Formats: sequence, C-alpha cells, structure tokens
Amino acid sequence: MRNPSRHLLIPMDPYTLAKGAERVKNALEKALALSKLTDRVRVVETGTIGHHEHGVLLIIYPDGVVYGDLTPDDVPQIVQEHLQGGRVVERLVVRDIKIPPFHPQVYRAEKQVRLVLRNVGLIDPENIEDYIANEGYEAAARALTSMTPQQVLETVKESGIQGRGGAGFPTGVKWSFAAREKAPQKYIVCNADEGEPGTFKDRLILEGDPHSVLEGMLLAGYAVGATKGYVYVRGEYRMSIARMRKAIDQARSKGLLGDNILGSGFSFDMEVREGAGAYICGEETALLESMEGKRGEPRNKPPFPPQAGLWGMPTVVNNVETLANIPLIVKNGAAWYRSFGTPTCPGTKVFTLVGNVVLPGLIEVPMGITLREVIFDIGRGIPKGRNFLFAQTGGTTGGILAAGELDVPMAYDTLRQVGSGLGSGALLVVDDSNCVVDLVQNFVEFFNHESCGKCTLCREGTGRLLELLNRLTSGQAEARDIDLIRRLAVNMKRAAFCGLGQAAPTPILGALDRFEEIFREHAEAHYCRSGVCPMNAQKAA
Amino acid sequence: MATIDLKTAEAEIPVIELLKKAQEEHGYLSPEVLKVIAARTGQPLSKLYGIATFYSLLTTRPKGKYRILFCKNAPCHVRGAKRVLEAIVSYLGVEPGETTKDGLFTLELTSCLGLCAVAPTMMIGEDLYGNLTPQKAIAILEDYRARERSEHA
Ligand SMILES: Cc1cc2nc3c(=O)[nH]c(=O)nc-3n(C[C@H](O)[C@H](O)[C@H](O)COP(=O)(O)O)c2cc1C
Ligand code: SF4
Ligand code: FES
Repeated sequence: MRNPSRHLLIPMDPYTLAKGAERVKNALEKALALSKLTDRVRVVETGTIGHHEHGVLLIIYPDGVVYGDLTPDDVPQIVQEHLQGGRVVERLVVRDIKIPPFHPQVYRAEKQVRLVLRNVGLIDPENIEDYIANEGYEAAARALTSMTPQQVLETVKESGIQGRGGAGFPTGVKWSFAAREKAPQKYIVCNADEGEPGTFKDRLILEGDPHSVLEGMLLAGYAVGATKGYVYVRGEYRMSIARMRKAIDQARSKGLLGDNILGSGFSFDMEVREGAGAYICGEETALLESMEGKRGEPRNKPPFPPQAGLWGMPTVVNNVETLANIPLIVKNGAAWYRSFGTPTCPGTKVFTLVGNVVLPGLIEVPMGITLREVIFDIGRGIPKGRNFLFAQTGGTTGGILAAGELDVPMAYDTLRQVGSGLGSGALLVVDDSNCVVDLVQNFVEFFNHESCGKCTLCREGTGRLLELLNRLTSGQAEARDIDLIRRLAVNMKRAAFCGLGQAAPTPILGALDRFEEIFREHAEAHYCRSGVCPMNAQKAA
Repeated sequence: MATIDLKTAEAEIPVIELLKKAQEEHGYLSPEVLKVIAARTGQPLSKLYGIATFYSLLTTRPKGKYRILFCKNAPCHVRGAKRVLEAIVSYLGVEPGETTKDGLFTLELTSCLGLCAVAPTMMIGEDLYGNLTPQKAIAILEDYRARERSEHA
C-alpha cells in the first residue's frame, strides 16, 4: 500500500474501548476485506481526539467526516455508501466535533492552537514511524549532532516556557540548577502521576503521542547531563503505562535510546515506574520517595530535587505536558515559541474542560485567552438553559472565579493576581443548580481523603474543616462557624508542610470571598437557596 | 545519601511493585503474605504494612469479586454523581467500603478516574462506565449479577 487514498482514524482509549471500539474496528477490517478496499485505505488506531460524548468514533480523511456512537452493525453501511459510493451516511455523522486537517504543524480551529496535541488523535501512537513521519525526533537529532547541551538549555530558557504541572516554574531555570551540579549520576523524571480531579490531559498525551514525551526527556537529559530517565505513571493509567513502555522499546531498537545515541557520544535510557494510588505522589518530592519504594510523604525543601533528588542525586522533575513542548521549542526556536501566548507567559495550555458545559473535553489554547471564550465559544456554554455560577481553574486546589471575572486572561501570572492559578489545567464549570457550600464541602472531602498525614495542620485541619462544612450543609451551623473556617484555612495556608495543605485553602477562601452571603444564609438562617443542601437533616456532623 | 549504591538501587525491583504483584496473586495483602515479602526483601514488616496501607491500589483486606470504584470528585458531583451513588447504595444494600453478602461486589469511593468528560463515572474491575444515571448504573450492576448467575447455571 504505497498511497492509501483514505485514512480511517479510530480513537482507542479506555473509554471508547469500553464502548466497543475494538469490535467496531474488527467489523471495519472485515468489511474492508469483503469490499477489497484493504489496500486502498489505511486504518489507524489513534489516541482520543478529546471528545468522549459520542462513544466510538470513526474519522474519515481527507473527507473530514466524523461518525459517532458507532456499533459494529453500522460499519458495512459506511464502507458501502461512503467509501465505495462516495455518499456520506448522514444518520451517523457527528456535527459538533470539528477535526483538524491531516498533517498540521500547527492547526487553528475555533480559537484552539494545537502544539502539544499536534499528533494526538491523528497518528498511531504505537508506531514510531508515524511519529517520525511527522517530524518526530528531528529536534533530538539536530540537538545531539549540532548543538551543545548549553545551547539546548539556552533555547529552552529563552522560550520562557513555564512548568505545566501546576506551579508554573520556568523550565529552563530549573534545568540550569541541575546542569550546574557535579554528580556521578543525574536523573530526569517525568511526572505522570496526574491525579488532580478534573484533569486527564497527561493521560491523553501519553496515550496519543508517547514519543513526544520521550523525545522531550531525551532533550532534557542532554541539556543537563543526565543519562537516565524515569516516567512515573499513575497506577490506574494502564493504557498510558503500556504505550509508554512500547514507545521506549521502539526508540531503543531504533538507537534513539541507549548508548552513544546517533553517534553523538551521548547515552540515555529510560524506564516506566508505576504509582500505586496516592494523589500526594504527584508532589515531586513525595513522588521521589515513592520511587525509592517508600510511603509517598513529601520531603523538606530545600534541598530541591535539582540539587538532591532521586537517591540524593540531581534530578529534574517535569510534567508530561512540559516535556511534550520541548521538541517543538528545540526544533523551531525560542522566538517561534514566543509567538504564541502572552509576553509574560508564552505558549499554549492544554485544558480539560469539565462540569456543566455543553462540550466538555480536551482543548489546547494560547495562553491569555479568556475564560469566557473557553466556556462559551469552545465549550458552547452551559447546558439546559442554566446560568453560570462559578468556575474553578487548576483542579480542586485551584481558585474560584465568579461571573464578573470571566474576562481575566488565562495565564499563570494573570490568574495568580486574582487569587487563582492555572494549576494542572482542569477547568471546572459549575451552573446555578449547584450550591457553592456543598461544593466546597466536596473539595474538602477530597483534601481530607488525600492528606498524607505527615503534618498535623493538614491532617487535623482538613478533618475539622470537613466537620464545620458538614454543619453548614446540614443546618446545624452557628454564625461563628464561618469565621472558624476562615481562620483555619488561613493558618493552613501559612503553615502546612507541603503544597497540598498550602493550596487546599485556595478554593475555600476564594468561595468565601465571592459568595459570603450564601455561606451566611447556611450558617445563620439554615437556608440553602439552591435547595441542594439537606437542611432539615438531623444527622450530627 | 552518598552511601547508596546507585546501580543496585536502580536494578532493584521496587518493593511497591512486588506488593502489587503479590496482591494480584493472592487477592489482598494478608499478614502472611506481608511476612513472606518481609523475609524475602529484608525489609521490616512494619514498613511494608505502612506502604500497604498508604496506597489506595494496595489493600490489606479481602475484597468482593468485583470492585466498584465510584468517583465522587467535583466534576462528577456537579453532574449528578450523588444521586447515582445513592441508587447504588440502596440497590446493593451496602455503604461505601463494604462488600455485598454474596461476596460479589465491594463498593468503594475513588478520586477522579480521568473520565470527567463523561461524568458521572465508575470503574468495575477494569471496565469504565460513564454518563451514569441512577437507572443506568443499576442496569449495569444487574448485568453483572445476571452474568454471574448464567455462569453458575
Ligand atoms: C499535592 C500536589 C500534587 C501534585 N500533582 C502533580 C501531578 O499530578 N502532576 C504534575 O506534573 N505535577 C504535580 N504537582 C507539581 C509537582 O510537585 C511539580 O511541581 C511538577 O511536577 C514540576 O513539573 P513542571 O515544572 O514541569 O510543572 C503536584 C504538586 C502538589 C503539591
Ligand atoms: S500538608 Fe498535608 S499532604 Fe502535605 S505533608 Fe502535610 S499532611 Fe501531608
Ligand atoms: S471527577 Fe469523576 S472522573 Fe474525573
């Protein structure tokens, strides 16, 4: 098959597989064989394109048609009418998914710019040739053969990229700390422990384009002088683990990992490590503890990982999305990268848009876009004629934005100014059928459950906060409870040992500042205006 | 720190993965299983117990044949997870953390499964279910029960 006339893309991820994607694919291959089309089209199993609400999808290129909610029985009709007859099967078409053109370097659809997701949903993630055909490993080849480690480091520094794992620390600066250290061994660790509620971008990047992350790690290793990399993947992410392992094997067999890569004299190898289910292990020092085979409790900082990380050696910990950006930056240069986003926050951000929005899913937009554009243009607004109540950016530890803040630009610096943050990239939209107090209680349940128990303020503080919130939502509160909540939250923010306990108060205080009246109604009048909280419940907290 | 032998540290099978494997074989990490691993790795039993109780994928108690992991984080919560959970609790007659009398299901709460675009969600064994409503969730559980009956018939 030298020149297939059509590409048929089938997104395969845990969800579509549960919906029968494998059976649809088998039916497709059978129907193609029957119609003697096998040589004229290419079936590509891809990662997800970011939409889950239409079950099993089949995308036909170059026609640009998306079929959805497919069962094996629908397949023969598509093959006969569309592939052979040239007529689109209207009854199966999904209209609200816009798909990118086939081989985009960058594509712009509805305010989206896909750099990190350039290949996700379009290539076969289990085939290294597909990645290479899309300019994959060009950056690594160029860096290893014609750039010094210092030049790679400078390029990343000048690009201004900030870590996408939550804190937004400048990646080039972090790398330079590790590069400066003299040590018998240095490590690159990819943080793929994604556990922030509402976040699934790292999973979809690993499932859809594992080689982009691998190449990013290779470049990081070259820049700082590390020869060993680990990808720490959340234990629940079975498919990410499998695809990353496969990608590593393929890269090794092509000589892109191992000794003396591409004759450059530089050696680098990689391994996958699996998590065992603990949100706190996403915190980088807890992650390192877990990798060393211990309970994942955070370490004291300093020393920071670039000075003393895994087994005490200099270690760069970077998020999946951060690393997936690196090949593009090295290949196209810092100035190119800076043409996206804002001057103080360059590049794009991958978000998972979740909650009460018409079109939830995975999106990638330039930094600086407003919340309004994301929710109402890309996400098509709030379903069922409801109204916007608030949004939470950055996952459960993220801040709260009310309707008056919909035009704040989404970037690390601008969101920080309003007491929120980009965090992990989760964007939760909440409509007015919900109660803000009930949601804050939900957030605190999460913190209480995930607190690792190492420090008293967070272990006991989350428990006491939960008791107070239970009182509020069950009609047992007193007026002074609101001040207790506020004081406890402020103290935790100041004195908790790690990022979890320090960030947990963010949504609590954010909600109190914006919706104090609603909290007061719960505390003083035992009244929930949305009718969500069971105020008459007699159960004590 | 300087005394760590990096080559050995890197080559060692991480103890957490050993525990996971043992759990796959034995269903859960009983005191007997932990003792065997302690003897084999030279790690103190107390440390292994500390690890086994820290991570949610490890368990020191026996579980039902199917583990239902129900997500209750905010993105699922705002799309009606609470009503679905209430329906499951009353259908199975167990609270989260408990196992049904027939030993078929253990109901557990989990943090985000990363499927929030189709919230509310749950995972049974390795299978994922999304866009749940109370009716849909019960129908899924009835399916498992029916399958079980036909296997034993
Ligand atoms: C409680 C907590 C959970 C975290 N979870 C994650 C996570 O799942 N993934 C991640 O990349 N970073 C997470 N982080 C941030 C990491 O500590 C670290 O800053 C990040 O991996 C660095 O990568 P970056 O510079 O590329 O962003 C978490 C931090 C805290 C405090
Ligand atoms: S703040 Fe919470 S999660 Fe962090 S170390 Fe303390 S108890 Fe553990
Ligand atoms: S919050 Fe339930 S799957 Fe993400």
